[in-house]
Amino acid sequence: MNDWLDPLLLSRWQFGLTTVYHFIFVPLTIGMALTVAIFQTAWVRTDKAKYLQLTHFFGKIFLINFAMGVVTGIVQEFQFGMNWSDYSRFVGDVFGAPLAFEGIVAFFLEATFIGLWIFGWDKLPKKIHLATIWLITLGSVASAYFILAANAFMQNPVGYTINAEKGRAELTSIGDLLTNPIALAAFPHTIFACFMVSAGLIISVAAWHLARNQHYETMRPALKFGLWMMVIAGLATTLAGDQLSLIMGEVQPMKMAAAEALYHTATGANASFSIFTLGTPDGVHELFSVRVPYLLSFLSTHTFDGTVQGINNLQAQYVDVYGPGDYTPTIWITYWAFRWMIGLGLAHILVAVAGLFFTRTGATTTRPWMWKVAIWSFPMSFLAMTVGWVFTEMGRQPWLVFGLLRTEDGVSPGVTGVEILISLIIFTVLYGILAVVEFKLILRAVQKGPDEAPVSGVESAESGEVQHTVTIY
Amino acid sequence: MDLTILWFWIIAFMFIGYFVLDGFDFGVGMSLPFLGKDDTDRRVLINTIGPVWDLNETWVIVAGASLFAAFPEWYATMFSGFYLALVLILVALIVRGVSFEYRHQRPESEWKKWFDGMIIVGSAVPALLWGVAFANIVRGVPLNANHDYIGSFFDLLNPYALLGGVTTLLLFFVHGAVFVSLKTEGDIRVRASKLAARAGIVTIVVAATFLVWTTFAYGTVASAIFAALAAAALIASFLANLRGAERLAFGLMAGTIGLTVLTLFASLFPDVMPASNDPANSLTVANAASSAYTLGVMSWTALIGMPVILLYQGWTYWVFRKRIGRAHIEVAVH
Ligand code: HDD
Ligand code: HEM
Ligand code: HEM
Repeated sequence: MNDWLDPLLLSRWQFGLTTVYHFIFVPLTIGMALTVAIFQTAWVRTDKAKYLQLTHFFGKIFLINFAMGVVTGIVQEFQFGMNWSDYSRFVGDVFGAPLAFEGIVAFFLEATFIGLWIFGWDKLPKKIHLATIWLITLGSVASAYFILAANAFMQNPVGYTINAEKGRAELTSIGDLLTNPIALAAFPHTIFACFMVSAGLIISVAAWHLARNQHYETMRPALKFGLWMMVIAGLATTLAGDQLSLIMGEVQPMKMAAAEALYHTATGANASFSIFTLGTPDGVHELFSVRVPYLLSFLSTHTFDGTVQGINNLQAQYVDVYGPGDYTPTIWITYWAFRWMIGLGLAHILVAVAGLFFTRTGATTTRPWMWKVAIWSFPMSFLAMTVGWVFTEMGRQPWLVFGLLRTEDGVSPGVTGVEILISLIIFTVLYGILAVVEFKLILRAVQKGPDEAPVSGVESAESGEVQHTVTIY
Repeated sequence: MDLTILWFWIIAFMFIGYFVLDGFDFGVGMSLPFLGKDDTDRRVLINTIGPVWDLNETWVIVAGASLFAAFPEWYATMFSGFYLALVLILVALIVRGVSFEYRHQRPESEWKKWFDGMIIVGSAVPALLWGVAFANIVRGVPLNANHDYIGSFFDLLNPYALLGGVTTLLLFFVHGAVFVSLKTEGDIRVRASKLAARAGIVTIVVAATFLVWTTFAYGTVASAIFAALAAAALIASFLANLRGAERLAFGLMAGTIGLTVLTLFASLFPDVMPASNDPANSLTVANAASSAYTLGVMSWTALIGMPVILLYQGWTYWVFRKRIGRAHIEVAVH
């Protein structure tokens, strides 16, 4: 068959494209819901206009973004069956349950209360209206948990048995599935990374306005909030990421070896972590590198004299266990994705720390260069997040469900390459157009800044006579 | 009762929820060119569903996920088999969803026109294609021993399935018009009710033909009863609308759609995807289902979750029970 029409290749491209795209909006939904909820709480508590302005300002950005999260999510839900039907048959008994939980517990909650939040300003008492945004936050965090539990099964299958007669995995313990050690570590890591991305957005927006000396009243507290959120979430992400490497080193040693491009098993000081490597393009030979001894051993085992297995040894072991085949992921991708994730993440935590220092009370001089750096917070945190996922998902290759099902065996046998090519083109074009529209709308909302005049249409329900529908659409 | 049978009906329930609720959203979207004389009218229309379209749409997500969990084989075969049709549905749902959110972001009428067009198309395409898809399931599609669909996209466009598609399209259209008459005030309310009456006659003819065809070609005793009830509800809704009983007309339209879905599911049972080429390849409630353990876990989740969900969704509808008119739009500030 023509290579370009290979259903496997096209399906992988389509899944990667649509999922990475979906995951632009998800972290913002999760993090901005929390942000808006906090500002609105501050308003309800203190009655200060600036908090209401911030609620509306970030609320608007949140809503523009939310719509995209929802519509791209439907694609996610459907495409397991569409492109990966043999995978769905194989794992549906296990994997379907967390997805269904996500829908029943989380998506209904979010989708219902978002309507109440948008249109309920003058229909609900202040406190109940406030509760709706907290329920949305709760729903978004819950949805992340369930989907990560589903993803964790693919990384590290637990709580199942193989039914040979039906040729599929069957669930034996929902408890084990939901407390998969990978899920328990990936959940905090991802959630806090989502908060970092949102903090990045807030910092970028606030810095942009402050650099122009405008909206000082609202943007200065927003900046402080974003900086603190970034530092706290950044530390939590790092700690959780460290835990995740440890567990990942146990369940998928190949992924961690690939993260370091470590070909030969190494112990102690030899298990060094390279910060930077120049190698031949295929990544097989090293030309030059900057290395920190012991660090890899520490990351993977939390001891300084641990042994980290190399790719070649693991490959040989896997051939013994699973039969002949190539069990190594694409090394240069995993190697660089891992570094960019950590590097960008740590870099913008530092930026945030510096920001807190320069804006501490009593600090008088504003440094224009600082705003220029701070504005990069959002793109940086977003990129860190994305490459983290690319590392996770591509590092699992060639497995779709680790040790159980290969990616090539999961693809839909009944769907032709032409059909997938058509859908891939449609999604690429549609998503591309929407990205431009979305970006412009958010940019416009950001540049307009918060309303300085008292926000209208927020009379609470108690105010009797006022029949004031806040019609948004 | 056997859990697999329980889950067959829970899936039916979820699709009923989806079609009854998102059905009127589709109808309202399709009514824009008929009822939306100017921008204010169109905003009135969109705002009747503004607070609820997202929660209504979520029913299909939950239905899909439940299908995946309870009947993985069914989910896999249906979604890969109807590949291109589903791509079209997805594209439609995407453009419809973003249009609601984006159309009011800028004041220019050119901008709004674009998104109005996308709302109309984004509502009509799923309204048609869901009917085509479900009619094809009832009719049976060619499957191989691995239960993979072996027909082509064009095999799905047979007369029975197309009639099914037109039926859902018209049912949702009328459902939406009746909904508008129930949720608005002033001139638009009157026009919506008239539109429902005019479209109602065609709808009765088309839907009755589809129900009769279904009953004679694929029906069972149960499905015949559901079909008769669906037809009766549709006619009763038509009459209620003529007499201005908007609430009753809407309730009966919801009943019509629910009973039509029940007709289809009752015709299917105990198959879930009959193979038209060889009955041995058919997917049935038994061979498509998940293990008893998974179904048990899912049953508890649904048992605890669904009442809570119905409660807070009902509350939402109650909060937004007031009619909307042009005055509301003109007062609203941006
Ligand atoms: C702003 C984002 C961000 C930052 C600063 C970090 N990560 Fe991360 N990382 C992610 C965002 C992320 C992510 C995108 O959220 C991933 C993808 C899957 C997951 O669970 O989280 C991820 C995955 C991921 C994985 C793979 C897990 C798997 O395969 O399932 C490991 C081992 C780490 N991370 C480890 C770290 C370490 C040791 C870090 C810092 C010292 C770190 N991450 C910083
Ligand atoms: C947590 C829920 C997720 C699940 C259940 C999931 C599942 C999958 C599946 C089924 C595939 C296709 C098979 C394959 O190519 O291995 C895949 C591939 C992929 N996913 Fe994920 N994914 C999830 C989250 C994400 C996120 C959030 C991202 C990025 C932001 C992502 C990025 C990718 C990429 C880039 C691929 C292509 C990898 C390749 O084919 O080499 N995934 N994932
Ligand atoms: C590939 C696997 C994924 C699937 C099948 C999936 C499914 C979905 C669906 C169906 C929606 C729309 C929900 C709605 O209409 O309300 C959605 C949105 C969302 N998803 Fe994903 N998603 C995936 C990846 C992820 C990941 C990895 C996370 C979190 C870590 C996540 C969290 C969310 C959130 C917070 C939203 C937006 C808010 C909303 O629910 O509307 N999703 N996703």
